[in-house]
Amino acid sequence: MTVRDALNSALDEEMSADPKVFLMGEEVGEYQGAYKISKGLLEKYGPERVLDTPITEAGFTGIGVGAAYYGLRPIVEFMTFNFSMQAIDHIINSAAKSNYMSAGQISVPIVFRGPNGAAAGVGAQHSQCYAAWYATCPGLKVLCPYSSEDARGLLKAAIRDPDPVVFLENELLYGESFPVSAESLDSSFCLPIGKAKIEREGKDVTITAFSKMVGYALKAAEILAKEGISAEVINLRSIRPLDRSTINASVRKTNRLITVEEGFPQHGVGAEICTSVIEESFGYLDAPVERIAGADVPMPYAANLERMAVPQVEDIVRAAKRACYRSVPLAAAA
Amino acid sequence: MGLPSMIKQSSCLSSLTHPQKPPFPARNAQNFRDPDANFRMTATLFSARRFKSVKAEKQLCPLDNVDHNQVLDLPGGKVVLTPEMRFISESPVERAQCYRVLDNDGQLIMCSNFKKVSEEIAVKMYTDMVTLQTMDAVFYEAQRQGRISFYATTIGEEAINIASAAALTTDDLVFPQYREPGVLLWRGFTLQEFANQCFGNKADYGKGRQMPIHYGSSKLNYFTVSATIATQLPHAVGAAYSLKMDRRNACVITYFGDGGSSEGDFHAALNFSAVMEVPVIFFCRNNGWAISTPTSDQFRSDGVVGRGRGYGVRSIRVDGNDALAIYSAVHAAREMAISECRPILIEALTYRVGHHSTSDDSTKYRPVDEIEWWRSARDPVARFRKWIESNGWWCSEAESELRNNVREQLLHAIQVAEKVEKPPLAELFMDVYDVPPSNLCEQEKLLGETVRRNPQYYPSDVSL
Ligand SMILES: Cc1ncc(C[n+]2csc(CCOP(=O)(O)OP(=O)(O)O)c2C)c(N)n1
Ligand SMILES: [Mg+2]
Repeated sequence: MTVRDALNSALDEEMSADPKVFLMGEEVGEYQGAYKISKGLLEKYGPERVLDTPITEAGFTGIGVGAAYYGLRPIVEFMTFNFSMQAIDHIINSAAKSNYMSAGQISVPIVFRGPNGAAAGVGAQHSQCYAAWYATCPGLKVLCPYSSEDARGLLKAAIRDPDPVVFLENELLYGESFPVSAESLDSSFCLPIGKAKIEREGKDVTITAFSKMVGYALKAAEILAKEGISAEVINLRSIRPLDRSTINASVRKTNRLITVEEGFPQHGVGAEICTSVIEESFGYLDAPVERIAGADVPMPYAANLERMAVPQVEDIVRAAKRACYRSVPLAAAA
Repeated sequence: MGLPSMIKQSSCLSSLTHPQKPPFPARNAQNFRDPDANFRMTATLFSARRFKSVKAEKQLCPLDNVDHNQVLDLPGGKVVLTPEMRFISESPVERAQCYRVLDNDGQLIMCSNFKKVSEEIAVKMYTDMVTLQTMDAVFYEAQRQGRISFYATTIGEEAINIASAAALTTDDLVFPQYREPGVLLWRGFTLQEFANQCFGNKADYGKGRQMPIHYGSSKLNYFTVSATIATQLPHAVGAAYSLKMDRRNACVITYFGDGGSSEGDFHAALNFSAVMEVPVIFFCRNNGWAISTPTSDQFRSDGVVGRGRGYGVRSIRVDGNDALAIYSAVHAAREMAISECRPILIEALTYRVGHHSTSDDSTKYRPVDEIEWWRSARDPVARFRKWIESNGWWCSEAESELRNNVREQLLHAIQVAEKVEKPPLAELFMDVYDVPPSNLCEQEKLLGETVRRNPQYYPSDVSL
């Protein structure tokens, strides 16, 4: 099952289970979504529940929040999360804070979803990861699926959740196929928010990743295995709440940590994970934590530079080897 | 009571009521372009210019002769009272008309009122429209062959591109959306320069940082295309404010689509431009579609021109496939924008004949017949050709020579652009800030070392 089909089926099942759920955004109806995630939904649920909007992100996000204030369960699609910047006031100041400010009188059961992070060859204004941005904000939950099972289970959880959820997909994963269990195909299937998944067990080094980088981490782990290093790969799934206990338990076992993300390094998800490990498991660390992130520059378009600006499998492999003292640290050699 | 006397009266009223109030806080004056300028002098001139403006009073016509029992006197002006409960209709009695000079056959419509165009300018306009058409065909094909990653054509909007540019000077600043490369072409951007940008090579002025078609040229006063829809509109107003402060004999033009008019930025830009009284032309290309969204799903106003009055901005609707009408309207708009220091809104009605971009197949959401009808029966280039031919300025020999020439130049340009090296590694870290900070210098050094050490993992076309 592809990630696209997983998302589509999750939307379909949740819309059919709850008439209050509706989808809105640019191109979601007639066009079936800029990336065809909402394929067939307009036909099935009609234009009242699959709304094509004018190009006004601030408008439809605010309208979605208002609908959530008063009984509906909107799913707002951004053509890419880059354009959610037009609407971030409604996500942060309206959606994330209303339940708190009204002392629980106004809950905001809404999902903001769409592709996030770097795609390929689309330049700075279409290629940014917003995981750290939204994850810094109390009141929001932030989910980042990797596989088809993640996509189905987490999206269903997001739609059923009483709080606002930012759901960060990845354009380059939409077409990827993953095997799925029979259990995850059941319409009652749902994954817990706030739980990471150990994608691969290992004992020498822990690698944390989310979204597309989980795939890279798994590839790196395979290469490392051939060289006798056993890497444990954690798929974070949920960036907020962050599953600190799974991460710390793993580091206490492996004594080494590599964090991987495509976003910018400063104040990123890796920085938060590193702090958590230093606070809770400092004594267990046998090597400095290595943080792998995108280059600290806006994304260039030219393919050669773009490739240099995002983490690659080899970067993870080398970092893991450094952590395991199997390669001379770069700085020392320089 | 005649209009001139009303103006006089209200203008002296405004200078009486605000004798001490400068038009902007003094601290802004420190940001003037020329730091040596005498502030007092500048401020006085500027405020005089501002106070001379009577637009607010003129627009909301004062009602001095009306019995004070019949008017509501508000800070914003006087409003007539009425015992009748009458809602203002959501739509005008009559839709705004569309200004046109050339009929569908390229013949001048009798008694039409337009700006004369010389043979030289007319032929350049035509040549550039054909060049734009050909560039679209060649680059589109290059994308289909996988040589560039993305492209969007301007088909159907050649007249909008070229005729609007022709009515301006290169001193006028351009804030484009993305379907206006013809403006750059008119200003002298070469085919090689277009190709370099689309191929993101070392010679691209954007150093390969932006997707294809996100052109920019500071030399030609064309601000680099921004991918976020409508953000160029408030930017244009800000730049127009700068022109106004410098008292330059120039204006700003900003282009946007029917879709772009839905963003909040459009509304803020129109409102501010009116209140700040700045020389800006808002040029809307209403081409009927925003990707798959038809205008009926975008707005329910009388198009975009209908919004002008709501913000106190003078506006006109023109036939977007009539180069002469566009040329004349932009020419007049420029005059008014600069001499009266005011915003003008132009809505050009047209049709997006091409797909939205190379990521789109528009036959999935609109009838092929409709597209074909606009492509053939409404082609703005063919219409303009008929007009210049009827003037004896063009002939079929010139036509085939031009088309062949341009095509060859373009094929050559893309071959060259393809061979030019891609930007070197150092360009990854340049221009994030004016001066690269130490952490970026370190990153560059580390990355260079890593690539040297493990060349097998990195693209071979990155020069260190
Ligand atoms: C803020 C923002 N939202 C959405 C998009 C995606 N998008 C790119 S072009 C486009 C349609 C624009 O239509 P219009 O303004 O009518 O211009 P046209 O393509 O017709 O020339 C959309 C929705 C974007 N680039 N930026
Ligand atoms: Mg349009």
